[in-house]
Amino acid sequence: MGEMEQLRKEAESLKDQITAARKAVQDSTLQEAAAGITVVGRIQMKTRKTLRGHLAKIYAMHWSTDSKLCVSASQDGKLIVWDSVTTNKVNAIPLKSSWVMTCAYAPSGNLVACGGLDNMCSIYNLKGKDGNVKVMRELAAHTGYLSCCRFISDTEIITSSGDCTCILWDIETGTQKTVFAGHQGDCMSLAVAPDFKFFISGACDFTAKLWDIREGTCRQTFGGHESDVNAIGFFPNGNAVITGSDDATCKLFDLRADQELITYQDSSIMCGVTSLAPSLSGRLILAGYDDFNVNIWDMLKAERVGVLAGHDNRVSCIGVSADGMACCTGSWDSFLKIWN
Amino acid sequence: MSCFRKMEKVIVAMQDPDMGMKMRNQRLLITVIPHAMTGQDVITWLIQKYHICEEEALHLGEMLVRYGYIYPLKEPRCLVLRPDESPYRFQTPYFWTSTRWPPTELDYAIYLAKKNIRKQGELMEYEKERYSLLHKRINHTWDFVVMQAREQLRASKQRRKADRIVLECQEQAYWLINRPPPGVQNMLDWALERPNNFSTRVPLNSDYYKSEIETSRRALGRNRVKSSVCLEGFIKYSEQYQNHDPIMQGCLPSNPWISDDIAYWTMNSEIVPVPTRLRVERWSFRFMELLSDTMGRREFMTYLEKEFSAENLHFWQACEEIRHGESSKIVEKVEDVYKNFLAPGAARWVNIDSKTMDKTLEGIKRPHRFVMDDAQMHIYFLMKKDSYPRYLKSDLYKNMLAKAVVPQETKKSVFPFMRRQRHSSPSPAQASAQAAEEDGRAGTNSAAGSHF
Repeated sequence: MGEMEQLRKEAESLKDQITAARKAVQDSTLQEAAAGITVVGRIQMKTRKTLRGHLAKIYAMHWSTDSKLCVSASQDGKLIVWDSVTTNKVNAIPLKSSWVMTCAYAPSGNLVACGGLDNMCSIYNLKGKDGNVKVMRELAAHTGYLSCCRFISDTEIITSSGDCTCILWDIETGTQKTVFAGHQGDCMSLAVAPDFKFFISGACDFTAKLWDIREGTCRQTFGGHESDVNAIGFFPNGNAVITGSDDATCKLFDLRADQELITYQDSSIMCGVTSLAPSLSGRLILAGYDDFNVNIWDMLKAERVGVLAGHDNRVSCIGVSADGMACCTGSWDSFLKIWN
Repeated sequence: MSCFRKMEKVIVAMQDPDMGMKMRNQRLLITVIPHAMTGQDVITWLIQKYHICEEEALHLGEMLVRYGYIYPLKEPRCLVLRPDESPYRFQTPYFWTSTRWPPTELDYAIYLAKKNIRKQGELMEYEKERYSLLHKRINHTWDFVVMQAREQLRASKQRRKADRIVLECQEQAYWLINRPPPGVQNMLDWALERPNNFSTRVPLNSDYYKSEIETSRRALGRNRVKSSVCLEGFIKYSEQYQNHDPIMQGCLPSNPWISDDIAYWTMNSEIVPVPTRLRVERWSFRFMELLSDTMGRREFMTYLEKEFSAENLHFWQACEEIRHGESSKIVEKVEDVYKNFLAPGAARWVNIDSKTMDKTLEGIKRPHRFVMDDAQMHIYFLMKKDSYPRYLKSDLYKNMLAKAVVPQETKKSVFPFMRRQRHSSPSPAQASAQAAEEDGRAGTNSAAGSHF
């Protein structure tokens, strides 16, 4: 038996031991734990605003922390910053490459970032001295498309890529500080923990991984999905990870129990999940699907309690504002809608 | 594409001899087409099978039509599911999207050639354009195209008329989906073609397995909490924050998205003379809530000053700035922190245990972003376990809570008696309380507007 075969066997055996350790703490099911709770009443949300202006599919959107501004990226080659209350466009930034797949708003509100098939993450300064929005940095090192990016601060950003890695960058110097490698498939999305010490990534190897930003290592790996993990987010208290997959299910993985606790699925839902966001209290999970709808799930009872139907094409991105007030959906039909 | 396999399961179930749909013959002009069903049949079956409402069944049924698993017999170009007596048929598995995707240009050329040969002028404008484009592009195989088209037409003439019509319908339906007419949404537009799931970029060599083993060893050693405890934690958290979740409970004075009144945001901006009650309540939920709110932090600082332990919060804030600030300023900031908080006799000396202090002082020799982490963590827990609980019991906090504002619901209405919907969905308890309130107030005016 060659050395590599031995190593492979050892890796398998450790994974089995982890599975056993996880089973050992499974002392309750969701049904038992949530037995005393009533399902949330039917949630009916209406479209309050429609943001029109993009000319092609919208691939990504992200709220600013002020809960009023948001940024969206479309394959018409534009990054638009919207005042979602007035529906005015605050900035319309033309991009060098129109094949954009992700965008992000910095917590400070000073910067936005985007990237896509150009394999780069471009950072734009919204508060430049002369009022013009210009490229501040172009972060290039990935060898695959940029699927997602999220700011930690004005000086650091994390990106996920089709080259199966995630990278932590120093924006000032434009260099990569840490490479997070370990996924066996394209990384599709990422989310940063509320305390900024960890982040999670979902990939086409059907798993989600929790990474320690400082150490650069993978702390936990969560499997269970039967297809690509497209969307990922933290439960508001940072103790759990919620994932959405092409297998048409969403799953909740608890970080402390180190395993999947809840699956959100329905036999009548067949199309994959593209995006998800929890409500402020975490009780509701809003998930966008390939079948043009957003389904609202009761997090604790794993039942559907609402549907947002209003887009004429795939819902590609969703976000709940920081104050929990509104949900924004972006679609391939080129519109963004604000619901509550 | 796994959604296709799921749709196919539904289609197969629909055709199950026992539990499937009732099929009947449908008349199309003078021909009778067997094994057809009406749009209403499809919807009724879906409602019963999946226990969903009509709207959802319609949505699901539409997906099946749009992806070509069911096609309409009347108006074949209109790929919608009509919830009435309109006839539909199942697409043959030969033409299922998952079987024959992606279709080749050659296939499309043969199809258009057949249509052209069969009846002159049968091609639509857009089809004529595509036909001539294909003729240019794959000119070198054109003889083959025409020959194939003629062969297929000859073979179909030998079928019964009913079968021939069915086959033509099936083929037409297939191409309407795979080569949609201009202006019609392309359902099979999959954006980026993702490479095979398990990427070949990641070589599964010894290095890979060694790092997997290390990661797994560390992961194995971690402490795991019982699932019951974790689930309990989620229940408690969402209960605690329920009143603060505007989607679930609405918000006062009014939801700016519904009322167009930004009072809510004005009252909750970063610095206000008097904060709202909900906001001050949140400070008591967890320590980070207090620290991440500018006003909360200010209040806490005032309290600590009274207790002569304000240096702890100043230290924590300075460490945050190192952690998240510009790389170029790290060395300078670390120096400042050392001078002000850690050096013997420092003006704002913080009380850290000797082990952490030694480690930090060692680390300062080569300053980096995370060099203050351990010390910051120590002071954070000190404040959390000691000062924070006492702050919550203090008069300072209690007074803040008492004078905090509970906004009045704005009753601005264009029409009197029109009840403004405050939020998306009330909890059952609230609904009955409000209903009772409304009955008392609105009197007998039946023009009362929006309802739950």
